[in-house]
Amino acid sequence: MTIDHVVVVGSSVAGIRAAQALRADGYDGELVVVGAESAAPYDKPPLSKQLLTGETTTADIGLLRADGEFDLRLGVAAASLDPASKKVVLADGQPIAYDALIIATGVRARMLPGTDETLVSPLRELKDAVALRARLASGAPVVIIGGGFIGAEVAAAAAVAGCQVTIVEALPAPFARVLGPDAGALVSELHAAHGVRVLTNVTVAGVEKLPGDGALVRLADGRTLEAGTVVAGVGCVPNTEWLGDSGLPLADGVHTDEHCAVRGAADVYAIGDVARWHDRAGGITRRDEHWTNAVEQANLVAHQILRPDDPRHYASVPYFWSDQYGVKIQLVGRVALDDAVQVLRCATPAGDRNVALYSRDGRLTAAVTFGWPRGSVTARQALQRGAAVTDVLAALTKLSGPLTREV
Amino acid sequence: MRIHADIARCQGYGNCAGLDSEHFDLDDDGLVVIRRERVTDDEDMIVREAVRSCPAEAIWLADDDD
Repeated sequence: MTIDHVVVVGSSVAGIRAAQALRADGYDGELVVVGAESAAPYDKPPLSKQLLTGETTTADIGLLRADGEFDLRLGVAAASLDPASKKVVLADGQPIAYDALIIATGVRARMLPGTDETLVSPLRELKDAVALRARLASGAPVVIIGGGFIGAEVAAAAAVAGCQVTIVEALPAPFARVLGPDAGALVSELHAAHGVRVLTNVTVAGVEKLPGDGALVRLADGRTLEAGTVVAGVGCVPNTEWLGDSGLPLADGVHTDEHCAVRGAADVYAIGDVARWHDRAGGITRRDEHWTNAVEQANLVAHQILRPDDPRHYASVPYFWSDQYGVKIQLVGRVALDDAVQVLRCATPAGDRNVALYSRDGRLTAAVTFGWPRGSVTARQALQRGAAVTDVLAALTKLSGPLTREV
Repeated sequence: MRIHADIARCQGYGNCAGLDSEHFDLDDDGLVVIRRERVTDDEDMIVREAVRSCPAEAIWLADDDD
């Protein structure tokens, strides 16, 4: 079948990069990209990082480039999908027919149950980041609910802006969910060194309005925290409501096969944060909320649409980064909390750097580096070839000189 | 085609070297190193993917005479 009408729903990085990849790979048919936000497409990672600290501006984070021209329809969400007649209907009632559809509607921040949402500053869209940056500039105390990476990045930006910052985390250590307790402790130390207070093993019972602009965060153990700004980073939910009547397989994301093709619907693909894809190697489904995953799947689906006779399956090494206090934290691979962990200090030519290597049965499974991109790339290449952890140690030693064991 | 890099934009994400270690590497400061500038026709696809995978838009492809 000839593909002449491609529709992309979602104007964040997955959707835009998919459209650009189609054009770069030679597609010259009709190409429509639909976006619910009216802002010109922009990159999301800086919202909790450089945009919040003022190191970058909204003008610097645009995703559009000269090399990919398409019909961009912003400020109107997709409202429904009928895969049988191959039509998407927009919120304004307008139908769009497709030969191939790419779903890239992403996720949104989970709300705190039982909390007045107006007291919590959201951070998902550009306008949220701009508003939050202005709030941080006031210098009022900041309470961050949830010690994940979004929370940690906002904490770092707020501390640098001169705010008194408290992170409230339900687990025994912040970042432990992603990195495990040993490497998680390195992130905690980084925050402690910048004066951020981290309360662990405690949940939030509620957020109440104080006279004026402030809020009172009530903890489950009875303690209270006064805040000028409250930010919650307690996970995300996939934006799949618009697909409710489509018959597509939905359960924590849009389910796809290993080629990012949606199961049971012809010529429909899902990519990025919203996609729950089949991991052939692991024999399970996964949904990753990482920038790199979104771009890799965008490339894969463009290829899939244009060259259906040459199928590729998605099997990437996950990669995630975070910027806190000028330190780039890079995680490659998947951390299983029962993996063996070694935390090392490496005397690299650019200075001492911390690295944690995770392994199972002697094979590297993941690596997190603090301020050492070259070490991260070395570990990533090792993961791609399924290297033994001893090989990775040797490769890192070659780059840095002797490694000291921290833990 | 030829690979170009703007070191001032590079942030050390390493996606380029993770995808295509034939053309890209990082130095000790975490900045991109172009191991080989020239791109042959059969390498074009993977290099384009590496270019699109750069969050900092620090690398790009251009014709030899550009």
